[in-house]
Amino acid sequence: MRGRWVLAGCLFWVLSAPSLGAIEAQAFPDETIKARYYDLIATLRCPQCLNTNLAGSDAMIAQNLRATVLRLLVEGKSDAEVEQFMFERYGDFILYEPRWTAKTWLLWLGPLGLALVGLSVWWSMGASSRKARHGLSESDRANLKQLMDR
Amino acid sequence: MAKQSVLIPAFVFAGIVVLLWFGFQLSDPHLLPSQKLNDPVPDFELPSLTAVGETLNAADLTGEISLLNVWATWCPSCIAEHGELTRIFETTGLRIIGVNYNDDSDAARAWLKRWGDPYAFHIVDEDGTLAIDLGVYGAPETFVVDAGGIIRYRHVGVVTQKVFEETFAPLIQNLKDAS
Repeated sequence: MRGRWVLAGCLFWVLSAPSLGAIEAQAFPDETIKARYYDLIATLRCPQCLNTNLAGSDAMIAQNLRATVLRLLVEGKSDAEVEQFMFERYGDFILYEPRWTAKTWLLWLGPLGLALVGLSVWWSMGASSRKARHGLSESDRANLKQLMDR
Repeated sequence: MAKQSVLIPAFVFAGIVVLLWFGFQLSDPHLLPSQKLNDPVPDFELPSLTAVGETLNAADLTGEISLLNVWATWCPSCIAEHGELTRIFETTGLRIIGVNYNDDSDAARAWLKRWGDPYAFHIVDEDGTLAIDLGVYGAPETFVVDAGGIIRYRHVGVVTQKVFEETFAPLIQNLKDAS
């Protein structure tokens, strides 16, 4: 009996874990700001945590930054201005989509480059096997004929 | 042609080796590069922790080289760091300025009473606004600010004697020599 309660407690704890993140109540002046707020905190990364957005983090800095996002929106800042505000303070790290800079171009073009390398390897292997199948040279044909006629 | 395809796995392997070689040498991903290096300390208007009723601003940070140390009573490593900050102040006379970050001021004053106060003064940053302007994301963090109020260095985590002697001291000497 006791074991069942422990199990139920564990289940409750595990299942309620996803809602443990952002729990503070915010007073939104209107629905548009509320929607923009939720969009922004979903696309900004918590600087304290390596892979959690502001929306999902309970770190103190995430709480402060959520409050800051709301404050800036209420002050009438655009989404781009809020992102710029965060970028000026926390750099590329805070943006889940880093900007194009001298430091980040490899990040953006790297996968494309790897795909191109893969494609060219695949193509050249295909070409060589096609050649092997059809492209017998004159001397190959002569050799073959000689072998067959033997 | 056959020879060339034998080489492909070798090239791929060499590529992975190079990638991992550099990948594992990257610094700790927890350490964010500071965006504020060589910028002036952002302007602020915040109360003093110990001189109750007084307000402080960025101009109070100029005049001499200072360490700007972000600390809080909820931060256990700040207690560990406190001894080193005390030692630095006692041996070098360097001005250390505290930013009491996201904290309760009464608790902070009690903390200083218990552990001692080597700081020149403390800025009360209850909502973390100054910390956000500085790009702080935890405590402790320590900035080296030159006499002109320009941020010259930022250290994330505890300042130990090793960190101070190997990184801070040469940097501060350079700043002194330059002025």
